[in-house]
Amino acid sequence: MTMDVAAPRRPAAADPEIVIDVEGLTKSFGGRPVVKNLSMQVRRGLIYGFLGPNGSGKTTTIRMLCGLLTPDSGHGTCLGYDILTQSAEIKRHVGYMTQKFSLYTDLSIRENLEFVARVYNLADPRQAARDAIRRLGLENRAEQLAGELSGGWKQRLALGACILPEPQLLLLDEPTAGVDPKARRDFWDEIHALAHEGMTVLVSTHYMDEAERCHEIAYIAYGELLTQGTVAEVVANAHLATYTVTGPGLADLAERLRSLDGVDMVAPFGMALHVSGRDGARLDAATRELREHGPQHWEPGEATLEDVFIDLMSRSKDNFG
Amino acid sequence: MSAGISDVDRRTRGFRASLMRFGAAFIKELIQLRRDRITFAMMIMIPLLQLTLFGYAINTSPRHLPTAVLVQDDSAFARSFVAAMRATDYFDISTAAASEEELDRLILSGKVLFGVQIPAHFGRDLMRGERPALLVVADAADPTATGSAIAALQGLSSQVFSRELTGPAASLAPRPLPYELRVHQRYNPAGETRLNIVPGLMGLILTLTMLIFTALSVTREIERGTMESLLAMPIRPVEIMLGKIAPYLLVGGVQMTIILVAARLLFDIPVIGSLWLLVGLTLLFILANLSIGYTFSTIAQNQLQAMQMSFFFFLPNILLSGFMFPFKGMPGWAQAVGEILPLTHYLRIVRGIMLKGATFTDLQTDVLALAVFTLFAMGVAVARFRQTLD
Ligand SMILES: Nc1ncnc2c1ncn2[C@@H]1O[C@H](COP(=O)(O)OP(=O)(O)OP(=O)(O)O)[C@@H](O)[C@H]1O
Ligand SMILES: [Mg+2]
Repeated sequence: MTMDVAAPRRPAAADPEIVIDVEGLTKSFGGRPVVKNLSMQVRRGLIYGFLGPNGSGKTTTIRMLCGLLTPDSGHGTCLGYDILTQSAEIKRHVGYMTQKFSLYTDLSIRENLEFVARVYNLADPRQAARDAIRRLGLENRAEQLAGELSGGWKQRLALGACILPEPQLLLLDEPTAGVDPKARRDFWDEIHALAHEGMTVLVSTHYMDEAERCHEIAYIAYGELLTQGTVAEVVANAHLATYTVTGPGLADLAERLRSLDGVDMVAPFGMALHVSGRDGARLDAATRELREHGPQHWEPGEATLEDVFIDLMSRSKDNFG
Repeated sequence: MSAGISDVDRRTRGFRASLMRFGAAFIKELIQLRRDRITFAMMIMIPLLQLTLFGYAINTSPRHLPTAVLVQDDSAFARSFVAAMRATDYFDISTAAASEEELDRLILSGKVLFGVQIPAHFGRDLMRGERPALLVVADAADPTATGSAIAALQGLSSQVFSRELTGPAASLAPRPLPYELRVHQRYNPAGETRLNIVPGLMGLILTLTMLIFTALSVTREIERGTMESLLAMPIRPVEIMLGKIAPYLLVGGVQMTIILVAARLLFDIPVIGSLWLLVGLTLLFILANLSIGYTFSTIAQNQLQAMQMSFFFFLPNILLSGFMFPFKGMPGWAQAVGEILPLTHYLRIVRGIMLKGATFTDLQTDVLALAVFTLFAMGVAVARFRQTLD
């Protein structure tokens, strides 16, 4: 890599172990900011989870990383290439799986894969497609039109097409939306296998269980990156004091708790209720009466990732609403 | 890591790699085209249907055209000429006019398409070898209707009079007609012939189909959501463009073949000039239209807009190219507009080669115009192609 004089580059960009390194990315559509001042670093070989509510700017961020959208401001590198000026290079080494299925529905599985192989100039496109079909276990369906596949198979095929050119970085935008649990598990096993081989994976998702399977996660809401790190770090950094409440009349209790000062989040979890507060002392004070005299059973618990996210989201809503 | 990058870079740089990516797009489009049964059928059916519809509806050689005669000479020649006109089947001598004014009125009102005036002393002047004038007034507003009838009239006169002029008058018979056939074509002095229609139709059909097929190609990818993936791949706009255009060059070639064969078999229109020159230049014309359609496709936001743009472009092609009206008969501004339409130049090429045996040298300017047009459209398309989703 030669130094690019025009674009400012931080020393970290030269570090080959940092695959994604962006700073201050901002993007607006029609005057409305969708991604605000977003900075992130992703290390090689990691599975990096990208979480956030609908419309929070996940897809927009991913598109900026692979050169499909030009940021209004901010800069950075992807695989050491400048995201503003070297998108052609980035495209050769990045596999991007779009949120919406975007293979050709009127081409067969084999034809789709051969198309990808040719576009990436693989030495023997037919052989590459054949190998991919075998890897995907789609031998019997190779001639079936991609549009006729079920949701789970479509996602597998899309992933297969993405990794066919052996990219160094995978950008997966909600790859398991609408896929059954078994197919999801298989999908994640595959992603872990790929990461083990040295591929870096940035994956957006709405599922908490998938977030827990990531090495690191980032949470974005209303265009702002609110937290990032390992799951344990994210939970710890939230400093949420939490009680798990079981027993009768939880619905009424939840209603009462919400109005209390010092209780920031009340969320039902199956047969239990999670009650959290950012300030442990205030939470204790506010709930003492109910804990000591109520018919329910209170137990100090660990905040879950979901508690943290819901809290983060409501906090950022407070700031913007 | 750096070894991996240089490996990929070596693989993906250069002309051969570019050719392979073009091939990827080309094969993909070809398969999609083959799967799209309706479009595929349309490609074959449109030229056949249009050709038979236009070719026969615009009857290139109509018979029994209403004709009025004004006979001011009572000689055997006059009578035999009128009888011979009847015998050709082209003329239906429905009215006998009493005066020149009446003859004019009949033509103007459209009651008859032809007026034939045999002036006084025609027979006598003929015998004296003074080559009297036989006046034929034709309503040539529809040149295809009257053209062949006039041709028949010209052929007819020599036979009639060689029969009449026998014996002592035989010396008057030799080739240059013993009289002068004065044809006045009214309303359309250019007097285009029927042969113009089918070659013109070839240009028109190719314009329409080629335009529409490529006009939809980019917008379709955007609407189906496949564009996002395509843009994220290392394929360049010019490779996408050529890959999308090339399959239709084949389709255009098939259409051209169908039309040429039909022109020969159904309408008996030969190719006087070089067939290969015609094929080559027709392919150039097809390419020009494909590039325009593709350009529309890169500008339009959706398929509907792309269709509208195509039709907006198609209309002046019908009206101002010389297909509908004789080019030289149009006002200056219309000719100026016509000059920037590829169909105008193609009509000169196709009519020139098919009907007049024109050679490449004769057509240089028009070929150059088509080539410039194609390159310009492709340049605009590549420049306009949005490489991001911004
Ligand atoms: N091309 C565009 N033009 C205008 N607005 C856009 C465009 N793309 C995205 N947006 C808006 O930007 C916001 C963020 O969209 P984005 O798709 O990045 O969210 P997301 O986090 O991926 O959401 P989801 O979880 O629903 O996929 C949304 O409000 C969306 O409507
Ligand atoms: Mg999204």
